[in-house]
Amino acid sequence: MIPAAFDYQRSATLDDALKAIADGGGTVKLLAGGQSLLPLLKLRLGSADRLVDIGRLGELKGVRRLPDGRLAIGAMTTYSELAASSARHYGVVADALPTIGDVQVRNRGTVGGAVAHADPASDLAACFLALDAEIVARSVRGERTIPVDGFFTGPFSTALATDELITEVRLPGPRDDAGSAYASLEQPASGYAMVGAAVVVFVAGDGSIEGANVALTGVGPHPYRARAVEAALAGSDRSAASLAAAAAHATDGIDVVGDIHAGREYRTAMAAVYTRRAIEAALARLG
Amino acid sequence: MAIDMLGSPVKRTEDPRFITGKGRYLDDIKLQNMAHMAILRSPYAHANIRSIDTSAAARMPGVIRVITGADIPYNPLPMAWPAGGSSGIQNNVNTPRALATDSVKWTGEGVAAVIAETPEQAVDALDAIVVDWAPLPAVVDAEKATQPGAPQLHENAPNNVVFVWNVGDKAGTDAAIDAAEVVVRQRIVNQRLIPNPMEVRGDIGWYNPGTEEYTVWMSSQTPHIQRLLLTAFVTGIPEHKVRCISPDVGGAFGTKIFCYADMALVMFASKAIGGRPVKWVESRRESYGSTIHGRDHITYLEIAGARDGQVTGLRVKTYANLGGRLSTIGPGIPTTLYGRVLAGPYKFPNVSCEVTGVYTNTTFVDAYRGAGRPEATYVVERAMDLFAAEIGMDPAEVRRRNFLAPDQFPYDNPSGLGTAVNGEKIFIDSGNYEPAMDKALATVGYADMAAKKAEAKARGKLLGVGLSTYIEVCGVAPSKWIGAVGEGWGAAMWESANIKVHLTGKIIATVGTQPQGQGHETTYAQVIAHELGVPMEDVIVQHSDTQGTPFGYGSYGSRTSSVGMTAAVKAAAKVREKARRYAAHMLEANVEDIEVDGASYRVKGSPDKVKTIQEIAFAIDLGFSLPPDMEPYLDETAYHDTTNCTWPFGTHVAVVEIDEESGKVDLVRYVAVDDVGKKINPMIVDGQLHGGIAQGVGQALWEGAIYGDDGQLQSGSLLDYALPRASWLPNLELDETVTPSPVNPLGVKGVGEAGAIASTAAVANAVVDALRPLGIRHLDMPYTAQTVWRAIQGSKGGQA
Repeated sequence: MIPAAFDYQRSATLDDALKAIADGGGTVKLLAGGQSLLPLLKLRLGSADRLVDIGRLGELKGVRRLPDGRLAIGAMTTYSELAASSARHYGVVADALPTIGDVQVRNRGTVGGAVAHADPASDLAACFLALDAEIVARSVRGERTIPVDGFFTGPFSTALATDELITEVRLPGPRDDAGSAYASLEQPASGYAMVGAAVVVFVAGDGSIEGANVALTGVGPHPYRARAVEAALAGSDRSAASLAAAAAHATDGIDVVGDIHAGREYRTAMAAVYTRRAIEAALARLG
Repeated sequence: MAIDMLGSPVKRTEDPRFITGKGRYLDDIKLQNMAHMAILRSPYAHANIRSIDTSAAARMPGVIRVITGADIPYNPLPMAWPAGGSSGIQNNVNTPRALATDSVKWTGEGVAAVIAETPEQAVDALDAIVVDWAPLPAVVDAEKATQPGAPQLHENAPNNVVFVWNVGDKAGTDAAIDAAEVVVRQRIVNQRLIPNPMEVRGDIGWYNPGTEEYTVWMSSQTPHIQRLLLTAFVTGIPEHKVRCISPDVGGAFGTKIFCYADMALVMFASKAIGGRPVKWVESRRESYGSTIHGRDHITYLEIAGARDGQVTGLRVKTYANLGGRLSTIGPGIPTTLYGRVLAGPYKFPNVSCEVTGVYTNTTFVDAYRGAGRPEATYVVERAMDLFAAEIGMDPAEVRRRNFLAPDQFPYDNPSGLGTAVNGEKIFIDSGNYEPAMDKALATVGYADMAAKKAEAKARGKLLGVGLSTYIEVCGVAPSKWIGAVGEGWGAAMWESANIKVHLTGKIIATVGTQPQGQGHETTYAQVIAHELGVPMEDVIVQHSDTQGTPFGYGSYGSRTSSVGMTAAVKAAAKVREKARRYAAHMLEANVEDIEVDGASYRVKGSPDKVKTIQEIAFAIDLGFSLPPDMEPYLDETAYHDTTNCTWPFGTHVAVVEIDEESGKVDLVRYVAVDDVGKKINPMIVDGQLHGGIAQGVGQALWEGAIYGDDGQLQSGSLLDYALPRASWLPNLELDETVTPSPVNPLGVKGVGEAGAIASTAAVANAVVDALRPLGIRHLDMPYTAQTVWRAIQGSKGGQA
């Protein structure tokens, strides 16, 4: 397991890193926690002329509360650090984090790295979709904020330009009328989700469902918002039949993927099952 | 007086070095001026090689030499265990060469090698080798490979058949099945597994130009055998010019028994570059094509009997996939080690088995933990459950009605243990099967399962319970039986030990067996300390180097305790006897009057006239006052050829819950009652069972090598091949019965494979039991969520 040769450069400052990727013209890859990139290089499934290591950029680390109540997660925050931060109060995040990799991966892998890598089965991507997160990206040209819905454009591809780097992921502030949960069925070898469903439900005063954000991962070419499920849930009662009927739309309009572990038919069926389970768990969190 | 540790769960003396990173595995060895080798492997499952152009690779940075098969004068690797009996001796043996020359038969077969200054340079240069391939159609399924029109791998093997081997009483079994009240038939697949020891394989070859001798470091279970095979069969180098060393070995599970192409290649490479040491270590991904796989049977079983539960016949037809070329003992696994134990612990009057060994465009298949016996146990234990379901009887009761009784031993079983080709027979020498089953059933609460199923159903879960009442063959093997041409592997299987009590009273034992994580340094020391009455820490056990250890056949087939440690017991007895004679000399007494009590040698009736073994060793090792008929030194060697194998048995019970919606299977209870005879170290026995059970459960629930029709291995890394993890298993509830083996003085049987042999069938039976209410009577492994879900969906459509 020896990767093809590459140059390595450690950035001392964010500006260094931005300059390096601006100059690299697409042949440079950013090395964050390295938990996805390095295995790809070692298996020679990917290559890079140069790796720019941004793992020690302290300015990209940590979780902080913004004045408006939102939560800003630094891109270089590791999964373990995220699990110990106030982000753990988001049920969907608390559910998903322990399912990611193993202890070593969670100690090294980063939030920004996961989002930029855009694995079609990323757990965190589904969570951020359901939470309506925002991605903050920076380049030498400046900074912009990208809504997470639409950020993932295909397997391992995103709306980021080649010279852009994720600095932060922003989550909305907590709401008393919202409950969230994540439920997944893992591929036993890799631990990646064959089906992962992230759900945030909003409940009206009378207990009925006002609306919901539902996102799936592992099912289509990239993590996506299941709008048909959301539409069916809006104004729905909480009966088992209603929730199952809504969840049955989990793959509407999606080109469901199949592989040696889970064929299309199975993934489609499980998308509905795990979406329903996540909805039920999210509602249960609201009591 | 030393505390006797035999039978105690003492902590392993190896573990401090293993768990603090101080083990010395093959890749830890870094020799001065060492070069590194990488092997170009075929991307095609089946292709002819038109030409190989290495000129560009030879010019790459750091490259010392590029080698192709045409450069190497060695013979192909040996195949040592032809299937015997009615198949005769195959004349269609096709084994790998150090590097393939004309054609490749599976993805991963080596075709060229680069020797470079660094491992990175060697790997980079592989990309610059140009091979002109002529791809051919591939076949990966053993049954399909025998059909007309299938791609042909070898000219000397029409229809890809390696052999057709029969065992048992065909006519009697046919008649029993024809006459039976009930016959159940089922096609079952025992899927291909990839063994995955923690440490992959590797070798270092060093040709010493000064002495013209070779040293080969290898991650191997069998350094003595490899020296024999590499010299006598492959390279033609005289045996005394080669030394093989196996350093610490990080797991093997059978994969490191064999003679591999890379071993010969590093020898050739070192000489080719003037005697620099050459190291090769496979990557995990590479190992899936360069190290053997296990299992891969397609079986048609027929079990016949009466509605009272008596089984009257078992007829089995199996296609055994042996891969693209034969591994060292590939044909022996699905024949002798499978067909001859198909009757399990049962008194079936009629058994017959036909095995067709088949070439396919897949990695070669050979012994993997259990080796033939897990496959046999799976067949007979699934058959028992199928039969029980058919006649509407409890599976435990059906087993009870067919168990051999304790007074039926020694037992000559009808599946052929007693019909070895040259008339040599081995018998199942002991057993008492019902108490182990009763204990397991009581522990798991078998009588309450109906209530537990109802409770689980209310939670949306299908609960199932499954039994595996297994026997196995350990302590291989009497040389005259296993050495019989066609029966065994044409070599002996005795073991050896040398014990030296040095001047200071410290003891060094050297043995011919080869640990791979079993804790032999601990257990041999327990045995020898017990035999000589010395503290365990005064005994060190050395192994793994053909220079300095007596010849031995290595460790596999759960043989080390039964065969190897008996050699140690015999060597200790010789030491004791010589010490006794010298004690008589020191104490001026007759030898007959010297009593041995632990380390003390005293004159009968004179308790104060005593010498310890340490005092005796000091005096005799110096040799200042030897009587004329004695040689100096307490230094004795013993060889032990066993008179029989050993026959562990037991009952394993698995309880599973299946999530009806997703098909996901959870193993929720696991109870194992094993009879492995006496135990040298119960903690190590438990550890062996834990690991073996986990591996067997892995086959039932998660593991499976998946090839595409083009011969590409789709489960080609640990991202796609699921090994069991500790957190997926319940607490394993272990218990025992103890029936000492009569064939060795320690009463031990062996336990290295028992867990893996028993557990797969127990889990399989539990899963099918859970699905039976849906009308499902059989399902092939592994029981991934998708597989079980599909079965459940199929049953709803009325298809199952």
